[in-house]
This record gives sequence, structure tokens and C-alpha cells, in this order.
Amino acid sequence: MSLLTQDRAAPSAFRRGRRPGELTPGAGLGLGVGVLWLSLLVLLPVAAIVSSAFEDGFAGFWAAVTDAEALAAIRFTVGASLLVTAVNAVVGTLIAWVLVRDRFPGKRVLEVVIDIPFALPTIVAGLVLITLYGPTSPFGVNLVGTRAGVVLALLFVTLPFVVRSVQPVLIDADREVEQAAASLGASGYTIFRRVILPTVLPAVVSGSALSFARALGEFGSVILISANLIGKTQVSSSYILKMIESQDEVAAASVATLLLVVAVVVTVVLDVVQRKAARRG
Amino acid sequence: MADVLTRPTDPTGPTGPTGASGSGTTTRPAVDPRVRRARRRTTRTAWVLRVVAVGYVLALVALPVASVVQHTFADGLAPVWDVLTSEDFLAALRLTTVVAGIAVVLNTVFGVGTGYLLVRYRFWGRRFLSAVIDLPISISPIVVGVALILVYGTYGWFGGALEDAGLRVIFALPGMVLATVLVSLPLVLREVVPTLEEAGIEQEQAAQSLGANAWQRFWRVTLPTIKWALAYGVALSLARSLGEFGAVRVVSGSVAGESQTLTLYVNDSYQEFGPDAQRQAFAAAFVLMAVAVVLIVVIAALRPKEEKA
Amino acid sequence: MSTATTPAPARPEAEQSGIVVRGVHRRFGDFVALEDIDLVVRPGGLTALLGPSGGGKSTLLRIIAGLDYPDSGSVEIGGRDATFLPPQRRSVGFVFQHYAAFKHLTTARNVAFGLEIRKRPKDEIRDRVAELLELVHLEQFADRLPSQLSGGQRQRMALARALAVQPEVLLLDEPFGALDAKVRKELRDWLRRLHDEVHVTTLFVTHDQEEALEVADEIVVINGGRIEQVGSPSELYDHPANPFVMSFLGPVTTLGGVLVRPHDVEVLTDERAGAVRAEVTRLQRVGYEVRAETRTADGETPWVQLTRAQVTELGLAEGGTVWLRPLVETPFPATALPPDPDGSDGPGGPREPEGAGAAGDGCTDRVPA
Repeated sequence: MSLLTQDRAAPSAFRRGRRPGELTPGAGLGLGVGVLWLSLLVLLPVAAIVSSAFEDGFAGFWAAVTDAEALAAIRFTVGASLLVTAVNAVVGTLIAWVLVRDRFPGKRVLEVVIDIPFALPTIVAGLVLITLYGPTSPFGVNLVGTRAGVVLALLFVTLPFVVRSVQPVLIDADREVEQAAASLGASGYTIFRRVILPTVLPAVVSGSALSFARALGEFGSVILISANLIGKTQVSSSYILKMIESQDEVAAASVATLLLVVAVVVTVVLDVVQRKAARRG
Repeated sequence: MADVLTRPTDPTGPTGPTGASGSGTTTRPAVDPRVRRARRRTTRTAWVLRVVAVGYVLALVALPVASVVQHTFADGLAPVWDVLTSEDFLAALRLTTVVAGIAVVLNTVFGVGTGYLLVRYRFWGRRFLSAVIDLPISISPIVVGVALILVYGTYGWFGGALEDAGLRVIFALPGMVLATVLVSLPLVLREVVPTLEEAGIEQEQAAQSLGANAWQRFWRVTLPTIKWALAYGVALSLARSLGEFGAVRVVSGSVAGESQTLTLYVNDSYQEFGPDAQRQAFAAAFVLMAVAVVLIVVIAALRPKEEKA
Repeated sequence: MSTATTPAPARPEAEQSGIVVRGVHRRFGDFVALEDIDLVVRPGGLTALLGPSGGGKSTLLRIIAGLDYPDSGSVEIGGRDATFLPPQRRSVGFVFQHYAAFKHLTTARNVAFGLEIRKRPKDEIRDRVAELLELVHLEQFADRLPSQLSGGQRQRMALARALAVQPEVLLLDEPFGALDAKVRKELRDWLRRLHDEVHVTTLFVTHDQEEALEVADEIVVINGGRIEQVGSPSELYDHPANPFVMSFLGPVTTLGGVLVRPHDVEVLTDERAGAVRAEVTRLQRVGYEVRAETRTADGETPWVQLTRAQVTELGLAEGGTVWLRPLVETPFPATALPPDPDGSDGPGGPREPEGAGAAGDGCTDRVPA
């Protein structure tokens, strides 16, 4: 083919055809800028955290995370986050179901209300909760300084995650598949368990992973109602703040590293789940 | 529970013949009451689910929000207005607007640009890049703040050098902007990418064959395709940026009138004692809440357009 | 299909179930989907519900399956009143146009589904699934996910799945509509042979008259919510009850004011009694057949279907003169022809499934309604 020999004879960037997907010089530059931006913003700071955590070697890291106060905070935060995630997995799916499959007046209002925790500043969320469930509560329910109060705050901010994750899957679900199961003799409950649930499970897992990561690192909504009682209602993020304000970088960075690890794991889980679901088609 | 039989668009017929129908030939035959029962077979379970879902959301979200509104205006409109016109509040409002505005612009440019690269090109490390972009959403805002301090603080990796050059990051505007950008980093991108993927490359190739250069293609073909997804992402990003608290708390000195955002204003006011401070906290919280609700309504209105596009 | 495999146990005649539909009405708002439908599907038969899109056939099928309920009327399956039973309690197998496969389950687990929820012992399930997979030739795909199967394979899996629980009645809703032409033809033959082996009362919906004519023992033509005619393929083709059935089931053309089939028109080179004079306006080769379009003095434009040999023998050429005479008596005046809802009036070609409605091969002589 004469064209090819021509190319080989005079290899000019203008003459050479570009395969689809190959980076143009402009795109390459854009990519470079983007990568630089990401490095300055995400990669370097993350590296700084990890490096600070191990500034005094592994021993320093270990001492920091096994410090009594730190441990108590971590244990409480993890426990509360797990509990909240479990509740969200169930209730979130239920709410998504009602939003997609049910019809009643005011449903659209419900949709908007569910998004409130997502868009509300966390400190405002904290204020909102303490107003209703704190010393000024019209119900006389005072959860300030209690673990239940913290759990409540976490439930508040993580409400939308599972719901919004499951909802699109339910919307796209093929009703004929459910009808097929019915024609094969499956009861409503069986259809849910064997057909619908497996379909939404990846979305539930994604939403739960996001919910867990959010709960673990939550600060603004929790700080007011928890009253930050050491050993009882102090959450990890609050502990980290305390440490950095007292110039104990190693302690702050060590616990932060733990939280980072969780964030990375969650991101990986999300990626894996997405791919699996895509393969199922 | 699985109501396989519900037909949302089916109005069940009337209970008796009502005379000539649209088809003009027969009167409507009566609908057997057993049919109506059969069609509504799964209502009882549906009712229970409905009550649980609505009840949960009401108790958890709607009620607390309503109580704040009530609390804010308990003494009438005047005290609230006083706060909203006070110097500190207005300074906080200005600062929040500036920080959020810059952050949203930066994230939009980044989101569209990098999103486009991720979808239209293949390069080594694509998946890694995508994962890194997703990471900040799962990181605690306090950790975000701490990480920024460790790099850009006075004793951080670059902080010293930057300060010598005259640029103060932490405890100053750039730090707050960086923190806000980080926590909402993927929001625009994650909305734009699926739309770009679905739209496919043919339209852009058609434009290319018609002689459009890269910039023209982007402006005239790509942007219009993603405009609803973009609007949606910008709204989400704006909501997040306006409401950021934890990360900003760490990197800002929270000096009233200077480096205090609205969220910091709420917090600092609440932590103070005295009814005045409390009023300030609630008034500011109310403003933030109102803005959040407006944004949600906008987002909800944009959602069907975004999904249809 | 090899007969060396043991098929699903064929039901003895006495055990086979028929379907009886009486006085079924169904409307959606102002739209009448079904009006006073009376239908009997004999046990063990293979019956087609044929009609244009929107005519009500899918609605009727779903009512029989229990996926919908009639406003009034009754449905009997195997002699029992099933009108208000949910689909779980009617012994029906249903096959959807888009397969409705359980995407998260392998082929084998899909087929096993009905048996698993009936809590059959594991060995029994395993054997039965193997038997069925052999029957539909999917043995090697037992562990594949539906997304890894082709359309035709998925539909065979869906069939095996429906048959696994030995339903009294098998219902198929445009089962081959989503497949491409070649696969459609293959599966058509395959369904016919499957039915010969398994003998389950089968009712399938289609808008493709070729499919109905090739596969079914009996055809029910439904249009606008009403049954137009019921009969065997040859009965319907040769003795249609009304112009709609005639034009839906095969090509029609108008000659001398009556409807006649283009292959039932005799072409003569000189004048005879009862023959109409016409000028050949166009000769179009379609495969080994020739479509001759003509124009008469009255302005009619009948077309005739001939073989190439006939054309050569008669010495036909464009612009020439011929005399046309219908070979078969037909009682329908041309004005009785219903307007063509799909409007496909182009010259014939490979039959398109969509718009294969009234005379998809293109009837150019439709009298304005």
C-alpha cells in the first residue's frame, strides 16, 4: 500500500493517522494538568498523612492507635458505623422500594425530604438534631452525650446513600422477570428473595460501603449531640481534630491513616461491585 | 409483596353501565368486584411498607427540620433579620459565597475536562486515575483538613516554601478553597461521565468530518450533549461546597469577620453561651437550610432531564 | 432434534388440558382491548393468536396466564375456573419476547428455578434440568450466565425453564420477535418439532402470518379486540371469513372489483370469457418469482405472481397486453377491504415482521377507504 510506505518515508506527526482513543498532544497536555492537579490535591496530602503517621516508625504509629483514648474513639466509631450501615441497608432498600413501586399523594415530597441530609451542611444537621432530640426537645427526649444520639446523627446523614443507590436499579428492573417467576409458581415473598434481591444486592453493597465510609469519618453532625465525651461518645474525627490542635501530628495522622485505609477499601469495593454488575448485563 | 400485577396506568372501570363510551358501540360492562380485589391483591403489605418508609423519614428528617424552623422564628422575624444584617454574618456570607464559587468553578472545569479524557481516550493508569478521583468522597473531612495542613501548613512539606514566597495557604483563603474543592471533587465528573459514555463518539466524529476543530467540537457538540448532567453536577457540587464544615474547620482560623464561613459561624455561635449567640446560630442555620432546600428542589427538577438525556 | 434423548414426559391425551375463554372483556380507560372474546383451545394443540399490533392478542394471552384480569368473563384451564387465580396457582408456563431471564443465575439454575421453589429434592432437580437442557440443546451452556448466551439460546433456555414444572398449558408472547430472521426461522421449526415431542397445549402470539401459517395447527385471528376467524392454516388461507383475514394472511390484489390472491390469477395472451384486459406496467424479479404489475382500462392495478418459467412461456414484457382471469371464486368485493393500518404499499420483497400487517408484500390497488 503506497500510503503506508509514504508514511514510513516521511514520518511526520501531521501525516500519521491517529487511532481512536489515542491521546492527541492537546489531550495529553490536559491529562498532564489534571494529573498534576490531582497530585497536589489528593495524592500528596494522602502521602503526607501516611508519612506523618510513621514518622516515629511503626512503633510510633502503633502507640498512637492503641492509646486508650484513641482506641475508645475508634471502637465506638466503628461500632456505631457498622450498626448504622446495617440499618441503612435494610431501611434504605425498603424506602427505595416504596419510592419506586408505590404511589401515594405526597410521594414527591418524600423524595425531596430524603435528599435533605445530603445537601444540608453537617453542622446544620447537628443543630437540627440537637434541637429536636436535645435539651430543648418538645418530646423531652434528651440524647446529648449519649451513644444513641450519635447513632441518630449518623443515621440522619447516611439516609440517602443506600436509597439513592438502589433506586435506579429498581427503576430499571425488568418487571417481566418478576412475572416470569410468578408464572413459575413463586409467591410475592419468594420473588423478592430470589429475583429482586439478587438484582439490587450490588447496589445495596455500594450504598452501604458509601454509608459506612461516611459514618466513620463524620464530624459536623455528630459533634454537637455527642458532647464529645471521652471514652463514651468521642468519635474518631473528633479525636483527630483534638490531636492536631494539640500539635500531636503523629497521633492525628495515625488514626487518620486508619480512616484512609477504610476509604480506599470502600473505593475498591465500589469499583469491583460495579464491574461485576456490568458483566451480568 | 412484589406487586407484579399492578398497572399504574389502568383506571378500573366504573361499577355500572354508563351509556355509550368512546367506541360508540357498547355500553361499559360492569367490572366484576372480584377483579378489583384481584388487581389490588398485594395492598396490605404495600401499606405496611409505605407507613414504615414514610414514618422513618418523617421522624428522622422532616420533624427535626421543622423544629429548627420553628425555633428560629420563635421570637418573630425581627431578631432573625437583625442577625442576617449583622456585619459578622454578612462577612461570613461573602466568604462562603467566594469560597464555594471558586470551588465549584474549579471542580466544573476539572470535572468536564478530566471526564472527557476518561471517556474518550485510552491511556495507561485510567482506572487508577478514576479511583483517585473517587477517593475524597469517602475520606473524613477532618482527615482532609489534616492532610492539607501536613502539606501546605507552615511546617508542612510545601507550606514553608510557599509562605516564604508570600503565599499563605492554611488559615487563609487558598486553604479553605482547597479543602472545599477536595470534598466535592468527583461530583461534577461523576455526573458528566455516564452521559458522555452514552452519547457516544459518533456525533463528535460527524462534526470532525464536517471540518470542526477540537475546540468547536467541544463547544458545539459535547457541551450541549452534557448540559443537563453538568447542571445537575454543578448543583450537587454547590450544595456540598456551601455546606462544608469539618475540613474548613481544620484549615481555617475561624476569625469572625475574616476567615469564618457560614458553617463556622453557626458552630462558633452555638458554642458560645447566651441567647444572642443562639439566635445567631439558628438564623444562619436557617439560611443554609433554605439554600439547601432550594438546591434540592433544583436538583430534583433536573434529575429527570439528566436521566432522559 | 434427536429422538434418542428422553423428552419431558409427554402428557397422555386424557391428562392434557384445554383452555376455554368465555365472554372476556378488557378495556383500559376508553380503549377497548378485548371485546366479548370466546375461545376454545383444544388440549394438546398448537394454536397461534395472530393479529396486527395493538389488536389485543397479547392482552388475551396475559389474561389467560394470570398476569392480568378481565373486566368480565371467565377463563378455564384444564376444566377448572382460573379467572381470578394469580399466575402462581395456574399451571401455566409463560415465555416472554425478551426472554425475562434471571440474569444473576446460570442457565441451569434458571431452568431449575421452578423446581427449586417447589422444594423438589436435589437429585430430582439435577436430573430434570439435565433432561431439559438436552432437549433444548443447551447442555454445554449449563454454567453460563444469560448474558453469555445468544438471543436464540436465551429463548430456548426460557422454554426449558417454563417446561420444567410441567405446566398444563404453555403460553408464548411473540417468542421470536426479538431475534433476527434466520434464527427466527430455525426456532420456528424447532418449536414445531418440540411440540410434536412434548404435546403440551401451546398457545403463542405472533403478528407474523408466515410464522402462524408454518407452525400452528390452528390459528385465531384477532383484530381490534375481536376474533375475526378461527381455523386451520389452510382453512384461513383458502376460505377467509372476511377481507381483513384474507389480506392479513396473504397477499391480495383487486381484479374486476373483487379481491383475489395474486397467485390465483390466470394470465392469458388472448381474450377469453371472463378475462379482463390489462397492460403490463412492470415486471419485477423477486428471487425465482416474478411480480407482474398491470393496469386495466378501469384503472385497477392488479399484480400477478408468476414463476420465471411462466413469464418466459407467455412471452410477457413491459408494455405488453394480457388478459387476467381469477382462478378462484372469492366473495369479497374490493371496497370491503379495510384500510391498511401499516401502510406498506411498496413492491414486495422479504417480508418485514413489523408492518407485515395487511398484505405486507404491498398491494398497490387499495381502493381509498
